[in-house]
Amino acid sequence: MNGSNARLKLGLSYAILIVLTIVSLYPALWIVLSSLKEGNSLYSETLIPRSFTFEHYRELFRSTKYPIWFMNTLKIATLSTVLGTFLLLLTSYAVSRFRFAGRRFSLNALLVLQMFPGFMAMIAVYVVLNTVGLLNSHLALVLVYSSGAIVTNVFVAKGFFDTVPGSLEEAARIDGASHLTVFFRIMVPLAKPMLTYASLMIFNGCFVDFIFADLVLRSEDQRTLAVGLYKMVNQRNSTEFTLFASGAVLVALPVMTLFLVLQRNLVDGLTAGASKG
Amino acid sequence: MRKPTAGALLSALFMGLGQLYNGQWMKGILFLAVGIGFLGGAAALDLPDYLRGLWTLGDQPSGLVKVGKLTQMVEGDHSIFLLIKGLMALLAVLLAAALYAACIRDAYKTGLQREEGRKVRSFGQTLRAINQRNFAYVVLLLPAVFILFLTVLPLVFSILLAFTNYADPNLPPANLVDWVGFANFVKLVSLKVWSDTFFGVLLWTVVWAAIATVTTYVGGILVAVLIHQPRIRFKAFWRTVMIVPFAIPSLISLLVMRNMFNNKFGPINDMLRMIGLEGVPWLTNPMWAKATLMIVNMWIGIPITMILAFGILTTIPRDLYEAAEVDGAGSYQKFRRITLPMMLFATAPVLIMQFAGNINNFNVIYLMTDGGPVNTHYQYAGHTDLLVTWLYKLALDQAQYSFASVIGIVIFLMIASLSIWSYRRTRSYKEEDMIV
Repeated sequence: MNGSNARLKLGLSYAILIVLTIVSLYPALWIVLSSLKEGNSLYSETLIPRSFTFEHYRELFRSTKYPIWFMNTLKIATLSTVLGTFLLLLTSYAVSRFRFAGRRFSLNALLVLQMFPGFMAMIAVYVVLNTVGLLNSHLALVLVYSSGAIVTNVFVAKGFFDTVPGSLEEAARIDGASHLTVFFRIMVPLAKPMLTYASLMIFNGCFVDFIFADLVLRSEDQRTLAVGLYKMVNQRNSTEFTLFASGAVLVALPVMTLFLVLQRNLVDGLTAGASKG
Repeated sequence: MRKPTAGALLSALFMGLGQLYNGQWMKGILFLAVGIGFLGGAAALDLPDYLRGLWTLGDQPSGLVKVGKLTQMVEGDHSIFLLIKGLMALLAVLLAAALYAACIRDAYKTGLQREEGRKVRSFGQTLRAINQRNFAYVVLLLPAVFILFLTVLPLVFSILLAFTNYADPNLPPANLVDWVGFANFVKLVSLKVWSDTFFGVLLWTVVWAAIATVTTYVGGILVAVLIHQPRIRFKAFWRTVMIVPFAIPSLISLLVMRNMFNNKFGPINDMLRMIGLEGVPWLTNPMWAKATLMIVNMWIGIPITMILAFGILTTIPRDLYEAAEVDGAGSYQKFRRITLPMMLFATAPVLIMQFAGNINNFNVIYLMTDGGPVNTHYQYAGHTDLLVTWLYKLALDQAQYSFASVIGIVIFLMIASLSIWSYRRTRSYKEEDMIV
């Protein structure tokens, strides 16, 4: 009696897991199949298309500015990630390790800054960029993304540095190492898992931002992937759906690969961010 | 006069004089140069004009003015540029004032040292001291500049907008913007066109945040518990599969979902029709649209809670479950009485932060429904608009900047009070024994 009951429960668990698997994979599967389908409409008679074609991918590179957008995005995301991670590292290290006048105030200010909706300041950033003549430039995006990266990630990073025992530095200081040596030789290597997490988050954020990038970038040649893709589906929704599908697949693939490869770091980062309380 | 007072007074008279008086030549000359630079910069850039502009927001709008017999286009004051330039000037003045104060304080301290008969630091020693004692400031300088100009300044500007009448049709350069105090706040709650929308959207925002948080939270824990059962095999495989929705950029998955839930051509209604059911108006009926948003949000949000839950599940002692089994507890009771309380205890702050995050859940709403379907009783908002998407529409589509800023402040107040509350609670949590 007990045994069959347990087996029933196990079977049920597997059944639920299989259903959940289908649910969580279906959208991805559907968009991949749509991108390979013939014709250009959203509607499909059969679940799995009768014949496959790579025509939409070819068209993406031939008739849209997809390659340019891709290079723009890669450039902006990479630069923002490097600059943003560097600034984040400096900020979090300083507020975690040093007790200086104004430290409490800076921490509280950062906390308060996080609580305002990001869109609220967008108009003002636009005006500021306009006054300094940086509209429609990639540099503007890089600067704004990097600055935002500090504010959004500083507490996770600070929490990480808080867990590194102070005795490590003291030992190095006794051996005559300067602040800079301690920072680059001890703290940065130790912070690698946290840095991986933070930079992945920053990179992903730049990769998919379609609101601010749309506001700042005015010409089609300057556009990023996210903006281009968003415009594509908004303007040609049902008429060229398969083209959008192939574009979506190409955007999602690199990010997804990064996420799944770095799964371990992600899990650690998320858990660390959660337990700081 | 005593040496500290004299030094401080001299430095107050002009930056650097006190340092020179104390015999710190290099430092004195540097401060002197900075002081002259400030004054020169202020004079060259008409700093007082900018500060006055911040106060008045301009006296003369652009427009056609009759000069003699001709009508000429005269460029007047642009209130918004005056506001932002005034803020920049204010920021510069504050920075200068801080440096000024530091200079006076330094002269005073050095004076004290001299009085006590100690030797005054040489310039090289000062530099070394900065590297040792004030390393944090050196390191923070660059990030601080970024945050000040790209985050703080725009935010202060936006907050100030809430107290102006910068809203369509009162737009520069044809019109001047004025300070109006709390008039916008009053309008929002008392003027019927605004208050109906505001309270309707506010209510939906709270309901949405509550349901969205609870569903993803409980859902995530359930999935984790399901996979965590000792007899389930291929745990790593199931886990990776469940993380996939988290790995796809939400911009993409949401745009894809919007098409999946398309009434006429989407595959979901297609499947329903195949098994003989009628299609559902997933995104076009207000009630259905809200339900669809919840479902889609679960799809995106469950993996995150699941990842967190895995970490905590492994820390729950197994003997708790064994004891419960001896007492005859079933799966549901074990979940309800052991797993859930343990999880809540460990993740209470996360839960509250997720609630706050859902108040600001822009992407799901904007990309799935764009606030629709249309609600004719609302001012510039639809049935599923949250405060944050309404803010976006007000600012970017309708040019109602001052009202958008008011909404932003309301959102801030909601999230700030939540955070303070959660902080207090977690503090008291820690001192209590959790298993009652």
